[in-house]
This record gives sequence, C-alpha cells and structure tokens, in this order.
Amino acid sequence: MSGAIFLAAAGMGAKARGQALVAKDGFSARYDLDRVRGIFSRPDHKLVGESYVGRVLVLDAAKGGVATAWMLHEMKARGVMPAALVLNAVNPIMVQGAALADFTMLSGFDLDITQAISNGALVEVDPTGERPFIRVARLSA
Amino acid sequence: MKLTAEEEAMRARECGEAAQWAIEHQIKVGDYLGARDFVPVTQAHIMADTESLGLAGVEWLERLARLPAQARRVRIPTITDPRGTDFAAAHRLKQQPWMLELERRAIAALEALGVLMTNTCINYQTIMAPVAGEHVAYGDTGVVIYCNSVCGARSNFEGGPSALAAALTARTPRYGYHLEERRQATLVVNVGFTPRELNEWGALGGIVGRLAGDYWQVPALVGIERVPSSDEMKHFGAALASYGSVALFHMAGITPEARRLDDVLAPGRSVPSYDIGETEIRAFEKSYAASIDAVDVVVFSAPQLSLVEMLQVAGLLEGRQARIPLLVVTSPQVKGDADRMELTARIEAAGGTVLAGMCFYQSYAREMAEANGWKRLATNSAKLTNIIGGYGYQPALMSMQACIDAACNGGRIP
Repeated sequence: MSGAIFLAAAGMGAKARGQALVAKDGFSARYDLDRVRGIFSRPDHKLVGESYVGRVLVLDAAKGGVATAWMLHEMKARGVMPAALVLNAVNPIMVQGAALADFTMLSGFDLDITQAISNGALVEVDPTGERPFIRVARLSA
Repeated sequence: MKLTAEEEAMRARECGEAAQWAIEHQIKVGDYLGARDFVPVTQAHIMADTESLGLAGVEWLERLARLPAQARRVRIPTITDPRGTDFAAAHRLKQQPWMLELERRAIAALEALGVLMTNTCINYQTIMAPVAGEHVAYGDTGVVIYCNSVCGARSNFEGGPSALAAALTARTPRYGYHLEERRQATLVVNVGFTPRELNEWGALGGIVGRLAGDYWQVPALVGIERVPSSDEMKHFGAALASYGSVALFHMAGITPEARRLDDVLAPGRSVPSYDIGETEIRAFEKSYAASIDAVDVVVFSAPQLSLVEMLQVAGLLEGRQARIPLLVVTSPQVKGDADRMELTARIEAAGGTVLAGMCFYQSYAREMAEANGWKRLATNSAKLTNIIGGYGYQPALMSMQACIDAACNGGRIP
C-alpha cells in the first residue's frame, strides 16, 4: 500500500530512496554477487541476474562469511552498490560492514518485510530518527 | 554503551588515532546490536584478503599504517586469515601481477600495525587454540564456530575491520556469543546417521545450516555416535557457518557446554526439533553432483588442510598420477611440516599442487576460472561447494577418495 510505513528495530547510515528489489532470500556480498558487474550471481539465489546497483534491497537475512565487512566499503568506493539494505535479520558482519562503509541499513521488523514491500515499489529508507523506518512512496517506480 | 575511563580516553584520541577510529567503530556496532558495554579480549584474528579489501580497503589500511608507530600498534596478539595468493605458486594459478602487488601492499600495512601474518583459517589446529571461557575476536566464520563450539571460547563473527578494531582496543562490544544467555540451543537436531567422510560431515553441516537459517540460531545435535575428530568438526562447523551464518553449535555428550542436552536448553522453553538421516545427506550431495559427469579441477581447501589431511591426500595418490589440476591448500605452518615429512613432495610427484597461506575462494576464484578454463570443480568441502557457485563454478561435493579418483581419471566422475 502506498504510504505504508514499517518501523525497524535498528538502523544506521543516511536517508536513502530507490526502487525496491525484493526476495525472500539471504544476502552475502561474497557468496551472492558479481561485484564487478553489479548483479546477483549465485545460481540458486532468487535474484540471480538482477542488477542491485542503486536499488533498495529488501531481503530476509544476512548470510555467509566475514568478507562482506570489507566488501561494502569496496563496493561503495567504486560506486557499484545498492542504495540501502533492508533485512528481516542481520548478522554482526553486515552491521560491521555497514559501519565501516557508512552504508544505509535497517533490520528487525514485527512482520516479514519481504512480504510487506512489493518488488519494484519506490521506497524511502530513514535510519536517522529514534525509530528507523522504510516507507512505500509509490507502488511501482 | 557504558564506557570506562580508558574507553573514554580512546574516544578522545588520547591513545592515538587508530584506537580512536577503532573504539568509534565498535560503539557504532555495539549500539546497533544492543551491547551494554565492552568485554576484554585476548586474541584477534583478521580476515583481510585483497579480493575482499579491494584497492579501497588496502588504501584504508595504508592510511592507518602511516600513523606514528605508537599510534597504530595492536594491543593483543593478532593473527591473519589466509591471503589471496601463495606467492611461490601464483604463476601456476595464472594470477595477475596486479593481484600480487595489492597483496604485498596489504601485507606491508598489516605488518606495520604489528599483526602476525599467520595466513591461516585453522589457527585452532596450528597456532594457539583458545580455552573454554576465553573471550576473543576472531574473523573467519569457520574459526569462530569451531572455537565457540569445540573449544568453548566466546566470539562473534568479527569481520576484518571489527577484528582489527578489537586488536587496537583489546576489547569488543559485549553482545551475541559473549553473553551466556545467547549460548542456549534454539533448535534440536536428531541425527540418525553419524557421518564417516569429511564431505558427509560438511553435508550434515550444510543441512543443519539451512534449517537454522540465521546467525542468532544455535543448533544442538543429538545422536552423534562417536566423538568426531578435529578435522571432522572443522568440516562440519565450516559448512554450518557457511550455509546458515551460524556461529555456535552443541553436540550432546560431546562439546564442552552440552555434556547433556539439558545443559543447553533453557528451562521451560520449547524449541523446534528436526530429524536428519542418511537419506538427507545423500540428497544434499546429489543436489550438487547430479548434472556433472566430469570436472576441470579438483580442490582441497576451505578450510585449509591439517597435517593429517595432507597425509591422507598423499596416501590416496600413492602410485597414481593426477591428469587434471589438483590443488591442495594448507596453512604455512602445516606446509613446513609437510615439506619436512616429504608429504608435499609425494603429492607433487603425483601431479598435485600444494599451496600454502591462501584459500581457494579468497584468491580471485573468478579470475582463476577465466585464466585456466576452470568451470566444473570437485571438492570434499561443503563450504567451498556453497561459496564457489557465486564465482561461476559448477561444484560437485564428493569424498576425498572420489575427488582423487576423478583427478586421476582425467576429471571423469564414475
């Protein structure tokens, strides 16, 4: 629903806006991405072949190894990165990586956020207030 | 977070610029994850291969390394995860000069910070295993899960920047697996088949990892019929951490915090329960190998091989000859022993390539695939099987014996 707001348990980084790329699947920069081309590359990932550049990724849980802690910083330096990351559940690596890269991230909702946000919707992410949130600005971008 | 006077001093740059960056980074992470204060740590282990760091990360390390000596040194013993190359064998892997140059720069920067370049993900088998109850800041998910679960140490997954921050401040935010209450089981897995081969232990880890699903889940296994070896625990834990992002498991009657299952079940709390048998393990393995009848390369890596695994590989290759590339990756510590005991010579005489101080997937795996024409890969590591698909490979998960048979049959899988 356009205008719907979903509050998160935690957030960091600056406000961001972009087209949502949504899947009930995990996120790991090392396991899932071709970071040179800016696409999901793991064959059994639900977003395989999709470009993540400039998109607000709405996914289930942080997965995989520790490399993401450096990789978000490296992706940001090259400008080939998502606009923000919105997850049902984070792991420490994602938080550490977002902290180093000063990357926009939200996590922890009282519903499954991958079911609440439609793929392709234009969304705004605001982690700067006391209660971080994601808002659906328009159902399709 | 509640800060001590020393932590306030670090924040005020009284302990140098590097410590100030470190404590600010840790406060950001601790606040996000609900830490109330810091806990002192005794060791740090940093994952910082250049494929992850990229040029931006190397330059970031070099900025720290240019600080005055007293303002940049680590405060606790700090060691490293595998690097992105084995300089002695880089040409055989067709790695490019720019990769090696970036590695040299990263190594120089880390050394300037006082980091010990151990280049290993099996430090618990080769350097200094932590003891039960010891709080540490380890990178590499396989290292963390082994040390938490098998040794009874306390660590979260500490990515490179956070492990370095812990090294610079000698502490880490107290959240997650530094808290006793977080170490209770959240799911129980009844295992009806005790694996025999390392790839089967990895498959079991992969299945449990998929069931667990995220970092905050702690599986407790029931029904394992014998005490697994260190290598078996290593493959099980590495796969569990890789597939599930899990940092701690218990095995009832085996691991130190679960002498009995009840020891890790919170009173009155009900947790979900699952059954896994041989059928599930075979199906897991088949899901990777079903569509492949031949491979281009065989890789033993992820985690690096122990001396015992090196001996097993050398034994299985006795009197045979690999006809496709067969890569055997170990730690610099094990490599020295393997050289001295002529295991390296035996493996290489049979056509294998022994690599040290690197890990296959952390070593520009996509570029190596393109340069060498590698697409289909056989391994006995479920962890590698999980990761390597993202780099464009088609993996087959098989036993060490079957992998070596494939290498000696020109890549054909029977």
